[in-house]
Amino acid sequence: MKKNEVLQQLLKEKILILDGAMGTMIQNYKLEEKDFRNEQLEDHPSPLKGNNDLLSITRPDVIKAIHQAYFEAGADIAETNTFSSTSIAQADYKLEHLVYELNYQSAKIASEAAQEFTAKQPHKPRFVVGSLGPTNRTASISPDVNDPGYRAITFDKLAEAYTEQIRGLVDGGVDMLMVETVFDTLNAKAALFAINTYLEENNLEIPVMVSGTITDASGRTLSGQTAEAFWNSVSHGNLLSIGLNCALGAKELYPYIREMSRHANCLISAHPNAGLPNEFGEYDETPEQMADQLKDFVSHGLINILGGCCGTTPAHIRAIADMASQFQPRTLQKEQEAAIV
Amino acid sequence: MDQKNTEDSLIAHVIKDPNIPDMRLSGLEPLIVNENTGFVNIGERTNVTGSRKFAKLIIDGNYEAAVDIARDQVENGAQVVDINMDEGMLDGEEAMVRFINLISVEPDIARVPFMIDSSKWHIIEAGLKCCQGKSIVNSISLKEGEANFLQQARRIKLYGAAVIVMAFDEQGQADNYERRIEIAKRSYEVLVHQAKFPPQDIVMDLNIFPVATGMEEHRRNAMDFFLATKWVRENLPGAHVSGGVSNVSFSFRGNNVMREAMHSAFLYHARRAGMDMGIVNPTMLEIYDNIPKDLLELVEDVLLDRRDDATERLLEFAETIKDKGGVKKKEDKEWRSWPVNKRLEHALVKGITEFIEEDVEEARQQVARPLHVIEGPLMDGMNVVGDLFGAGKMFLPQVVKSARVMKKGVAYLFPFIEAEKQEGDESKKGKILMATVKGDVHDIGKNIVGVVLGCNNYDVVDMGVMVPAEDILRRAKEEQVDVIGLSGLITPSLDEMVNVAKLMEEEGFTVPLLIGGATTSKIHTAVKIEPNYKGAVIHVLDASRSVPVVSNLLNAEAREGYIQQIREEYDQMRDRHRGLQKKKNFVSLTEARAEKFSTDWSQRQVKKPGFLGTRVFSQYSLEEISQYIDWTPFFMTWELAGKYPNILEDEVVGEQARILFDDAQAMLHRIINEKILEARAVVGFFPANTINGDDIALYAFEGNTEDRSKATATLHHLRQQTKKAKGREYMCLADFIAPTESGVEDYVGAFAVTAGIGCEEMAKKFEAAHDDYNAIMIKALADRLAEAFAEMMHEKVRTELWGYEPEERLDCEALIKEEYKGIRPAPGYPACPEHTEKATLFDLLSATENTGITLTDSFAMFPTASVSGWYFSHPESRYFGISKIDKDQVADYARRKGMTLEEAEKWLRPMLD
Repeated sequence: MKKNEVLQQLLKEKILILDGAMGTMIQNYKLEEKDFRNEQLEDHPSPLKGNNDLLSITRPDVIKAIHQAYFEAGADIAETNTFSSTSIAQADYKLEHLVYELNYQSAKIASEAAQEFTAKQPHKPRFVVGSLGPTNRTASISPDVNDPGYRAITFDKLAEAYTEQIRGLVDGGVDMLMVETVFDTLNAKAALFAINTYLEENNLEIPVMVSGTITDASGRTLSGQTAEAFWNSVSHGNLLSIGLNCALGAKELYPYIREMSRHANCLISAHPNAGLPNEFGEYDETPEQMADQLKDFVSHGLINILGGCCGTTPAHIRAIADMASQFQPRTLQKEQEAAIV
Repeated sequence: MDQKNTEDSLIAHVIKDPNIPDMRLSGLEPLIVNENTGFVNIGERTNVTGSRKFAKLIIDGNYEAAVDIARDQVENGAQVVDINMDEGMLDGEEAMVRFINLISVEPDIARVPFMIDSSKWHIIEAGLKCCQGKSIVNSISLKEGEANFLQQARRIKLYGAAVIVMAFDEQGQADNYERRIEIAKRSYEVLVHQAKFPPQDIVMDLNIFPVATGMEEHRRNAMDFFLATKWVRENLPGAHVSGGVSNVSFSFRGNNVMREAMHSAFLYHARRAGMDMGIVNPTMLEIYDNIPKDLLELVEDVLLDRRDDATERLLEFAETIKDKGGVKKKEDKEWRSWPVNKRLEHALVKGITEFIEEDVEEARQQVARPLHVIEGPLMDGMNVVGDLFGAGKMFLPQVVKSARVMKKGVAYLFPFIEAEKQEGDESKKGKILMATVKGDVHDIGKNIVGVVLGCNNYDVVDMGVMVPAEDILRRAKEEQVDVIGLSGLITPSLDEMVNVAKLMEEEGFTVPLLIGGATTSKIHTAVKIEPNYKGAVIHVLDASRSVPVVSNLLNAEAREGYIQQIREEYDQMRDRHRGLQKKKNFVSLTEARAEKFSTDWSQRQVKKPGFLGTRVFSQYSLEEISQYIDWTPFFMTWELAGKYPNILEDEVVGEQARILFDDAQAMLHRIINEKILEARAVVGFFPANTINGDDIALYAFEGNTEDRSKATATLHHLRQQTKKAKGREYMCLADFIAPTESGVEDYVGAFAVTAGIGCEEMAKKFEAAHDDYNAIMIKALADRLAEAFAEMMHEKVRTELWGYEPEERLDCEALIKEEYKGIRPAPGYPACPEHTEKATLFDLLSATENTGITLTDSFAMFPTASVSGWYFSHPESRYFGISKIDKDQVADYARRKGMTLEEAEKWLRPMLD
């Protein structure tokens, strides 16, 4: 069976577990500027510390160890370390020229880890999803309050940057692609435009996930859409799944996942933060608390893919995986029946 | 017989394919188009080819005003906004991008999906690249061949938009039935099978062409469109049909009577044939049933191609009404010759009371029982009014005028019905009890809802204002009402509504409870009221929403589903609210005080007011006051949206706004000349200093001599406490007055004004004459006069009475924009939201003795057309909102006010949690 078919089959049988935060784990390594440099970057003029995606090139051992830790904890899917690996986000570090390599190496490392674990546990095959972050610019919001018509980035520039990223990820061997942490739906539409154009031109079939971000209790994305409007806007993307991640903890995310589950005719994913940040900007929800809150999601049959975002660790993923293993995944049929009743 | 067959054969029988999902469009909010959506109205005024006004604004680069046009359109009910920049003078691509970027950041426009309209592909593509929502492309076609069409379709799919396909191919535009279905079928197949385009996202524009052009080949233009529409809906699963309706009447340009009749007859048949979207100008639409029968027959002869001489006959008729000025006169006289039922309907729809009694009498003589006149022609007429209002084709002032006609008619019949001693209300659709809750006296909104429900054949039991909960429940039982509606304007009324809900639960009520009024909200209803009552609780935003809400509630089939839907929605809102709660961060009161708004008092020179103590103004000139009226809120009262004076020229509501404004001017004239209302005011100035941070102490004085060692009263204020960014101040009104320790001698002013003396009596007289229109009108005007009076007194205070800005010269517009120094915040409003402070204010001014304004238990002012508040002269004083406060401030406030904690919580409740 091809890997894609294995994936589709598994998704019918169980809730698949996505890994947790990359940044939180990297922090534990207490890395220094030198860890972010290699021979080639020795004389790079801008500081590079904090450019976590770069570690896939300079400290692949760290990134691989993190992927392994999550697989060990029970994750079925690892996200590549490429949240900021676009020429737009890398411009801050003047590393636009490394974008292809960043993506290629990140995909490769994650795939190697996945293959190891699949070989060890053939009954539980592991997958890699290429992560496409939102970039640090918004295509439908003006950053200048005095000029509401101004835009700091265009659709074309975004699509171009995403295409470069996609090429690296696909060449590096990802099984899926995920447009995630979507603040501005227009950015996501540019990413989907790039993905679907690329897949068509290269005659490829790679499942695509989209995960948006509800910024706060207003129930809207940063660019102002409700969860349902967000789904309507990306529903053309031929998606494997639609879902939400980041900004909120599980408890706060629940009503929006429920709303999305009511309307969407593809699979549903969720990977919330470990609660809301405390006064120090830290996430202090324990694995047990988080798993307990996510129980509501799965016991109501809302979910197909579940994981964690900011502040989550392998311990969180283990607790979530254990909890989720006792429940059935959402089925589309069930939703449609519910809609008719 | 023959005619009936033709018409029936035009009705589409759309079979829904379960494998094809609904069309899902979006702006910031979703728009689903399916069999339940009804006709989707596309706004066309942001189209340079269709609106000369819009084109001029864009060419002149006046994008701000152009954005306002888009906003007006959405406010007036456009569900999709069509944007077209195809104009020779423009860089269309640049204009498209700029305009979409501008409206995308306006939430009240961007909530609806956009339609990217251009004949140039590069402009369409540029537009699509700016839309985060799911838009519609208008349009593509096979005109340039299949390859080009396919390529564009694939791109549109990649961008994630729906598409309008013009019935056009390599041979040209489809102009008959066969060509329309041939092209539609071919386009659909290429889209669905080759481009894999989602069928539900395809909209066929089947070309609406002019009829009655005199050319033989145009005879079947409308008929072929109807048939092709029906064919598409029955044979191309998922596809929709759209079109620009105004084309059909192209040959009658300049003759709006003809055009309106043609549009409406065309739309009637097109919708039955399955057209589910379209560009329709609502002001260019006569009511189908209102088209004079002779004209309708001629129009339908043409549209349905029923006679060889149809066009000649229609043109002949058009000649007779061509003289534009003559149209109305002819109509005016002519309707008097119609049959009586038709006359009654006409009078109701047009709001004409002149002949109502004689017509009702004539109708009465034709029926067996007087009640039948009400159940028959009068009710039929009101149903027409209700439908038109529901469809957004009539506006509130017109409806209220219709109600006046109805009431006069019913009043005339009442003695006859009584004489017959018949139980008369079986035909009513349901009984609604309405009341303004205890402690509140505001009733304009409630009266409007009552009128609108009455118009729609509901029996309304109006209990008036200040109605205690117990009375509401007792009456509800006695009358066995189907729905209870509560109204209120001031914040303490929110608590009283919760109280009513609790009592209803205790007494085992199950009827639905409706909540309305300026201070109420969906979120408050969901969070505070609904959890207390197991029956349905529904917030009703405005009068136009009351009818669909009530009709859903009283419809046995719709009821359960509707209530369930509301419950789920409120449930979600509560969930979200809980989420929001957790995020609400307070700083302690001590911290907030430390970060207060501060002034360098050593630099501040406070002007001593012209006098200390109070001064009374009675029988103030209403004429002078009326110069200060801000008219925009007046139109809002009547649910006409738009800013004065622009609203008078508005394309949609302009005509009604002008009529309303003329009526208002006439009434204002009467008020002034006949001295119907009286305006009174009292203002006062007092030596004052801030003490203990948030309180203002007032000191004794004798003539002009102050004794700051002796405090005579204390004003208690609240301080903002929700966490702000560093460096931002936590405001409290007391910050605008110098603290004792500064050594600066400061002052505070106070005022109470009313323009409502005599208003209630006059309104009652109008009501007794069944004239709700003028009853509401006089109250609305009295409110405006009171606000204007407050504005005028404030100016007088600044320039003269206090005199701290003697040089100030501002025009009315600048006043409305508050471009002056100093503020006049009112207790109960955001900067000082606690109502009991009004008691201190009234004591200081002896306001009741001096002006006749009284306070209710909840501190609402009566007459309602009254305004009271404080004056602050600090040059940097400004309005702000207290928002929410924390427990420590509640305790502190209770201590300062000498209230128990429980009492304080009661009055501060809107600011808690």
